[in-house]
Amino acid sequence: MVTDLLFYLFSAITVMAAVGVVTSRNQVHSVLFLILAFFNTAALFILLQAELLAALLVIVYMGAVAVLFLFVVMMLDVSFEELRKGMIQHLPLGVFVGAVILAELVVILSGIHAPHAPAAAATIPNAQLIGQVMFTQYLLPFEVASFILLVALIGAVVLTHRRRKVVKRQIISEQLARTREQSVALVKVASGQGAQQ
Amino acid sequence: MSESLKAILDSLHAFGTGLVGDMWWTLIWTLIKIMILLAPVLFMVTYITLAERKIIGFMQVRYGPNRVGFWGILQPLADAAKLLFKELLIPEKVDKSVFLLAPALTLVPALVAWAVIPFAPGIVLADINIGILFILAISSMGVYGIIMAGWGSNNRFSFLGGLRSAAQMVSYEVSMGFTLIPVVMLAGSLNLTDVVNAQKGVWFVVPLLPLFVIYFVSVVAETNRSPFDLPEAEAELVAGFITEYSAMASGLFFMGEYANMILVSFMGSILFLGGWLPPVGFLDFIPGIIWLGIKASLLLFVFLWIRATFPRYRYDQLMRLGWKVFLPISLLWIFVIGLGMHLLGKA
Repeated sequence: MVTDLLFYLFSAITVMAAVGVVTSRNQVHSVLFLILAFFNTAALFILLQAELLAALLVIVYMGAVAVLFLFVVMMLDVSFEELRKGMIQHLPLGVFVGAVILAELVVILSGIHAPHAPAAAATIPNAQLIGQVMFTQYLLPFEVASFILLVALIGAVVLTHRRRKVVKRQIISEQLARTREQSVALVKVASGQGAQQ
Repeated sequence: MSESLKAILDSLHAFGTGLVGDMWWTLIWTLIKIMILLAPVLFMVTYITLAERKIIGFMQVRYGPNRVGFWGILQPLADAAKLLFKELLIPEKVDKSVFLLAPALTLVPALVAWAVIPFAPGIVLADINIGILFILAISSMGVYGIIMAGWGSNNRFSFLGGLRSAAQMVSYEVSMGFTLIPVVMLAGSLNLTDVVNAQKGVWFVVPLLPLFVIYFVSVVAETNRSPFDLPEAEAELVAGFITEYSAMASGLFFMGEYANMILVSFMGSILFLGGWLPPVGFLDFIPGIIWLGIKASLLLFVFLWIRATFPRYRYDQLMRLGWKVFLPISLLWIFVIGLGMHLLGKA
């Protein structure tokens, strides 16, 4: 009874937040609505007794991904008039993409067999159960996923560290290796002429 | 829990259930428990401000507040009254909803996380299986209050402060999270009560000393405390994300900061210093909650001590410390602990 009420509360907020994401004019508000949707989805996971998934959703999506989203979006300088100009032109494409995603969702969701009971027996902690299958049954996909993440990580580091002419950066070793001879010259200045090389 | 107390609680439950029914009584009882938990927390938040001013005063050879009440003991109440009765100014071009939501979003996570802190065996509001993850999740939400304050204020100084703080908190959450992994490995559980019980033989600070240091420095950075208080570096950014806030709205930010400080001190005591366990066995006649309080107070004192002692870090130094020093050391220590557990046959 209480669980049902909570379910309707959280799902209603999730849906409203999701609508807010696509309808708000200010893109920062969109991201904030997205964060609200994440949080309520995590609450729904808790109602399903999948507390590990809920915690991970909050830590990964709210704690890291959405913060970076917000970071980027806040620093973007987008004029909304420009954005709205192409609305009619892009409408068919948008509708098409939306329809494809909707169709996929319907296919996937109809494949799930109802009824879905709470995920696990409450006696064994969620984290333990997931760990057990992740490191035995699904070891290979798990390792492949982490490998892909590692590659992405290295890619990000390489992209940041490539040398570009337009970016000025501090190289501490070069600064420290500077000697007096390289940086200071003693010049005798004739009166009324100023210092010349 | 003593027998008489248990009997009183039982009769109270029976009375309540008879009065309003099972479901409502559970709800009301939970609310009562939340209030019993939050009242001391808010009291500590109020009085840590006095402690901070007194201790820093002592270290700088001056008195600190000593006018309101004996020994300045009523100073926090006077401050609170002042903040409450001041006018809340809302600048013209702020994003009003974001601007007003931000202080609340800073304070609330700092209070919510207390739900899973065990004060003594069995004395915990929510004894959940994923206590450590819960605290990580909730504390990762604290950054939104600050980033929203920075953006919503429509002020360059605020915005820069918000951005700095977001980057800082995300970075140090990583190094803090990695220091918690060996704790979980040694305890074999994410439940905080289990973590304390696993330290009955030897506190985790002994095998994990470097990680304890990293944990402490990381939480100093994560709570935006000096010497890592770059988001509000007054010489560069006026007051950072708090610049446009006045009255109780800015008070809420400070309450959030102090509540977080106290929270991470309790966390540090539970994860590394044995929680409610006494340092030597024969001292266990003293209640566990007092031991926990002593340990957390020591950590809090170090927070204040650091503030009175160290100059502020530069931002690039801060980032270098987090990513290039702390992260490799904690990764290495995870490996060492894993290897040790494997060789000793404990895993």
